[in-house]
Amino acid sequence: MNEDEFRVLSPTAILGYGFPEESFRKGMARKPHLVAVDAGSTDPGPYYLGAGKSFTSRKAVRRDLEIIVEAAVDASIPVIIGSAGGSGALPHVEWTRSILEEIAAKKRLRFTSAVLHADISSHDVLAAFESKRLRSLSHSAAITREDIRSSTRIVAQMGAEPVWKALDTGSQVILCGRCYDPVPFAAPAIREGFDPGLAYHMGKILECAAIAATPGSGRDCVMGTLRRDGFELESLNEQRRFTRVSTAAHTLYEKSDPYRLPGPGGTLDLTDTKFEELDGGRVRVSGSRYVPDLPYTIKLEGVRLSGYRTICVAGVRDPAFICRIDAILESVERQVIEDLGIAGRILFHVYGVNGVMGAMEPEKDSIPHEMAVIIEAIAADEEDADALCAHARSTLLHCGYPGRISTAGNLALLYSPSDIPCGAVYEFSIYHLMEVEDPVQYFPLELCEVGR
Amino acid sequence: MKTVPLSELAVVIRSKNAGPYELTLDVLFKSEEVYRFLKSIGFFTRELMAELYGLPIERIFHIIYFDPAAAVKCTLQRPVVSGSPGDTDIYGAQQHAPLLDLKVPAREA
Repeated sequence: MNEDEFRVLSPTAILGYGFPEESFRKGMARKPHLVAVDAGSTDPGPYYLGAGKSFTSRKAVRRDLEIIVEAAVDASIPVIIGSAGGSGALPHVEWTRSILEEIAAKKRLRFTSAVLHADISSHDVLAAFESKRLRSLSHSAAITREDIRSSTRIVAQMGAEPVWKALDTGSQVILCGRCYDPVPFAAPAIREGFDPGLAYHMGKILECAAIAATPGSGRDCVMGTLRRDGFELESLNEQRRFTRVSTAAHTLYEKSDPYRLPGPGGTLDLTDTKFEELDGGRVRVSGSRYVPDLPYTIKLEGVRLSGYRTICVAGVRDPAFICRIDAILESVERQVIEDLGIAGRILFHVYGVNGVMGAMEPEKDSIPHEMAVIIEAIAADEEDADALCAHARSTLLHCGYPGRISTAGNLALLYSPSDIPCGAVYEFSIYHLMEVEDPVQYFPLELCEVGR
Repeated sequence: MKTVPLSELAVVIRSKNAGPYELTLDVLFKSEEVYRFLKSIGFFTRELMAELYGLPIERIFHIIYFDPAAAVKCTLQRPVVSGSPGDTDIYGAQQHAPLLDLKVPAREA
């Protein structure tokens, strides 16, 4: 590439969150070298990786992808999708691939797609454990063999190297399993010789699209222009702009430490980063540095099944009951566990008191006029979870307590049926770094022809 | 000493997961002057945050001042890992409220 700039169009913060078509068209008119979009996050919690499901809807993802892919095919520029399907494991990648097939059929498109898988077997993780190549990440607990063996599914976040291999194939669409969020935006530019510190920092902002602009939005398009000595950010919607503060503030967002952002194979160092406001609602960023780490590490994310959940939603309006809520719930929990002898947990979430903050709630003494009580039961199978929840509900509904004058029932049950089975419950089992010799080794590349 | 609630001085007060094991709190100040003053007196400390959130001090990992955004960040250990049984805020997005009424020393005129 002879050009001295690399333009990346970021349509939306998460594939499936949507974007105004007008913003996207405006971005395409600027002739970007790449359209990249992040689809993933661990924010929605462990369930989606465990169950192999996406936290976005199929319809919304198809809508976004159809506009993106059709325009990119027309302009002959690549599309890179990061962390397909939200968690980036095999079922998530296959789900996204099937959406691409639907789009190709509908729009009569034919193209090559390079698929990078990010699943990692418990066998490989155990081998790394035995050879002391696993490290705790920040404050996650030290990992045990049992954590690895009990994991339902494990993925690793890929760095830029697997994506370079995919770019070598000249594919129209690169569909990545779990990857470090900035990689789809940064990898092509780094391959063209642009500075990795600037490329990753730009990727870090572009992966959230217009969230870093003001007013912020998770569903609008942004253009990033990378140059040799810095990069520029620009909103593609006149209603938003980037400011020095909106951009700097985003650097703090969801990060433990805004000066050091660790990723696969290296750390982004923002100690000397400068943010300058330009005209037209643009911001220029410079001074960000990339420091390679040795040995190269990749981040693992694993989950395990912790049981099955059933819940019941109820309201309470009686002041005598509200005053004694703690003692009442404690006694109900004890009775239910004693009666049924089921191994499981009953949790009461009391909204109006500490439903949001739990033990961290500082306002411990306020007495509300009404409250919501969510009864939650978790047990080894659905039948036991249903049984625990039903028994807790009926016991709480009819239990007596000192000063009771409302003798018909203690709960305003919200629904019929009152109890809602929620299915499998997962929890994070692995969130650790693994040292690797080869950054590409665990991310196999598969080529497929879409639309033929 | 005269004090003002933090919510009057800040343009942003927010909480969010920083990965499933950590919660990170950000305060962005309206005025760079107020930010510099609070930074200079070292107002935000791990001790202060431990008290505010009722946590043992070893669970408060760090306080970091970030000049480019006139912001202070505090990262702490989640009481329950995101999405594990007993968690009450999967994204960690509603844990900022204790900061709103925090009494902050007003700068001498």
